[in-house]
Amino acid sequence: MEREGLTINPAKTCQPIGAMYAALGIHGCLPHSHGSQGCCSYHRSTLTRHYKEPVMAATSSFTEGASVFGGQANLLQSIETIFAVYDPEVIAVHSTCLSETIGDDLQQITKKASDDGKIPEGKYVIYASTPSFVGSHVTGYANMVSGMAEQFAVSTGAKTEQINIVAGWMEPSDMREIKDIAKAMGAKILLFPDTSDVLDAPQTGKHEFYPKGGVTIDGLKSSGDSKCSLALGCISAEPAAIALDKKCKVPFETVDMPIGLSATDRFVMALSKAAGVKVPAEITAARGRLVDVMADMEQYLHGKKVALFGDPDQLIPLTEFLLDLGMKPTHIVSGTPGMRFEKRMQEILERAPYANFKNGLGADMFLLHQWIKNEPVDLLIGNTYGKYIARDEQVPFVRFGFPILDRIGHSYFPNVGYMGGLRLVEKILGVLMDRQDQEALEEKFELVM
Amino acid sequence: MEAKIHLPDPSLIKEELIGKYPAKVAKKRSKSIVINDPETVPEVQANVRTVPGIITQRGCSYAGCKGVVLGPTRDIVNIVHGPIGCSFYAWLTRRNQTRPESPTDENYINYCFSTDMQEENVVFGGEKKLKVAIQEAYDLFHPKAIAIFSTCPVGLIGDDVHAASREMKEKLGDCNVFGFSCEGYRGVSQSAGHHIANNGVFKHMVGNNNTPVEGKFKLNLLGEYNIGGDAFEIERIFEKCGITLVASFSGNSTVRAIENAHMADLNVILCHRSINYMGDMMETRYGIPWMKVNFVGAESSAKSLRKIAEYFGDADLKARVEEVIAEEMPKVKAVIDEIRPRTEGKTAMLFVGGSRAHHYQDLFTELGMTTVAAGYEFAHRDDYEGREVLPNIKIDADSKNIEELKVTADPELYRPRKTEAELEELKAKGLEINGYEGMMKQMLRKSMVVDDVSHYESERLIELYKPDIFCAGIKEKYVVQKMGVPLKQLHSYDYGGPYTGFEGAVNFYRDIDRMVNNPVWKLIKAPWEQEAAEALEANYVA
Repeated sequence: MEREGLTINPAKTCQPIGAMYAALGIHGCLPHSHGSQGCCSYHRSTLTRHYKEPVMAATSSFTEGASVFGGQANLLQSIETIFAVYDPEVIAVHSTCLSETIGDDLQQITKKASDDGKIPEGKYVIYASTPSFVGSHVTGYANMVSGMAEQFAVSTGAKTEQINIVAGWMEPSDMREIKDIAKAMGAKILLFPDTSDVLDAPQTGKHEFYPKGGVTIDGLKSSGDSKCSLALGCISAEPAAIALDKKCKVPFETVDMPIGLSATDRFVMALSKAAGVKVPAEITAARGRLVDVMADMEQYLHGKKVALFGDPDQLIPLTEFLLDLGMKPTHIVSGTPGMRFEKRMQEILERAPYANFKNGLGADMFLLHQWIKNEPVDLLIGNTYGKYIARDEQVPFVRFGFPILDRIGHSYFPNVGYMGGLRLVEKILGVLMDRQDQEALEEKFELVM
Repeated sequence: MEAKIHLPDPSLIKEELIGKYPAKVAKKRSKSIVINDPETVPEVQANVRTVPGIITQRGCSYAGCKGVVLGPTRDIVNIVHGPIGCSFYAWLTRRNQTRPESPTDENYINYCFSTDMQEENVVFGGEKKLKVAIQEAYDLFHPKAIAIFSTCPVGLIGDDVHAASREMKEKLGDCNVFGFSCEGYRGVSQSAGHHIANNGVFKHMVGNNNTPVEGKFKLNLLGEYNIGGDAFEIERIFEKCGITLVASFSGNSTVRAIENAHMADLNVILCHRSINYMGDMMETRYGIPWMKVNFVGAESSAKSLRKIAEYFGDADLKARVEEVIAEEMPKVKAVIDEIRPRTEGKTAMLFVGGSRAHHYQDLFTELGMTTVAAGYEFAHRDDYEGREVLPNIKIDADSKNIEELKVTADPELYRPRKTEAELEELKAKGLEINGYEGMMKQMLRKSMVVDDVSHYESERLIELYKPDIFCAGIKEKYVVQKMGVPLKQLHSYDYGGPYTGFEGAVNFYRDIDRMVNNPVWKLIKAPWEQEAAEALEANYVA
């Protein structure tokens, strides 16, 4: 049944949580939600469950009065309270459906805060517009990343050798891996945002309100002088690269997020070209190890049907990787809308003309479940909510994406790069081969596989 | 009551807590931070606006309405009218367990329904889309009831969810459709949403079904949401005692049971904050008294069972309750005897909810632990000081916006279950009939009571008191644990439980023992860091 009004079991959430996540990738930043208290509470809770780490953020605590008369007084009070009590380097304000509906202008309010002397010398308040009734959590992330680029980047006129790498929505482990790859290649990069060493902080017996990680404000300022930008993902990263190009004439290239073999190849090539460095032998060897495993284990992967759901910049390269593994991406759903996403996905799916793909309104997990019932699959890949479909349909399940609420690992072990590809193959093989072991008849139970 | 352990000077602590705030903020917060005296309970500022930017634990009205009160009933299709996030975040995150009687029974607990409001709906109105969504939900599932929850933009753009619900209810014929104006900005916390939910459930559900209920001792369980299976344990105990549970509001409940709730002869209230309105309204309309009980803690559970038996005044029930307690308690005592030597003398802090911060103190007492500071996230003064302060509570602009239903006695169904004289007699026996004495009378002199604690205050409290365990929610969990102090989540129970009744108490004792005595807390420093610290200390001493 086609639905026009009702979404059931969404494959997306709303913009502000993405803005909050992105802002945590700036060092010394306190994200701030300009709306009702519930938004901030829900976003912090979801991010906390996903990372099992402190997620600090503040809220304008709208009441009915603020909703009628505007939230300016609340935001000004917030800014004053936050700088007095929590002393951040920067407050990153994002809007919500409430403040957008009543028409609060964040630019004007932050300017007023500055004019009124509520922003201490050397401190900053940045903002992004993230109404919940537009886009998804992914576009909210993109908006905040654009905001940080636009509002901090300065062009001094002297270009540097630095390359901006705009991280699409990925895990701290992925950001760490991107930095490691660049280091191995000898490329001088500025990665932003960067949630490594923020959302994977060590246990020391002391709570660091502002953990050591995150892109610095000086770093962000310097992005305007970088010789070019590489955006990792056309939905969550490219808008910031475009903003930098517009403001500071930093040319950019967009590549898919480096998940799986081919996308990582393209990322490595792009970085090598941009930085004018050769790809070192250790990277080639890492690639070789991934291809080796793909070749050795192809029999367990070949022709297996996969259903997957999640976010655009992950689904695009993941689908391609599944095809490289000889698997069949059969049903694909994402709640995130966007022509750009659709187009890129269609390019990838030229190799899989049999695939069902839907994104945007109506592309929810209820639809995915119906598709799976009509045409069963061998594997399900997606966030934690997939476990209900996996249980109903008895499908092996690999957790991937956001949010993952019931397992750990995603914040510590990367999915990007060749190592990330290896981890994905290991996880996929793990659930498929466990299933084979469970279902094998006594006489067909294999020791060596 | 004086503390057996040494408590730091509370007035100095209070100064520490507010010292860093701007003057106006400090002035406001100082009224919510009080030093307890159980004999003459001081006034606590509660249920007032949170200071913007202070980093609060609180959520919104929608969370209280949909997430807390309506969420646990398994056979209502709960459609959230608004952008996608509100429904997404409340999707299965509260651990409301439910157990359908048969596999074919309706159960929508695992589903998330939303109108996924888009910009065009905000500009041109979303009522049309809402009605389509209701129709689609009906066509797909044919539920007994569909509830609509308004999120922030809905109230602002003027969508009338009540009119849309009425229209669809009429159109569908065999499906009860009703709406809630629980926009996130209403009130100052989840608490507003509880009240709005109570009103809606009372108006649209309670009293819809007059089928008599079998049973000699019939009651409703109010303010129990079956997190981690809490209601299952209470159901087990009731069944053992021969007490008939007509309806639960709302853990493991069904539409049919709630519609039938007015057939009960007593309402027992667990979470006073979230459901007291229902108790009052049912008393006025149907003549069913309510009584505050507590099934958190083994002794408290025994006491509550005795109170229930006393209320019904039946010798057989009293005897049966004593038998059940005698059967259950030895198992509990055995575990306490084993664990208590490891927990005795330790300290706890509880900053959570609107009821839990009070009742979980009973469990800590049973373990020989002391609560040094506590406070609620969204409670009112009566939850701290006792219901006797109700007439003195100033109704501010935020509370005024929440509807107070005008309830009158039902001309046919009103039947006082007890006479005034009988009720007075029961009260004289110590039963909290239509009453609640609040948290503070149970807490030690000089302990700290902090309402709507901020992040800053909780960190300072931990530094100053160094408690052995801190109880709060998911947002606080890893912050506090990073400080080397275990945090017990009292919303989600860290995915454990149940914690109610006798079996629940045992679960809690074991969890707390495991947490406060966990070897990991001694492993935080690396051996080389320890060595360096020891060397430094040796140098200093020399």
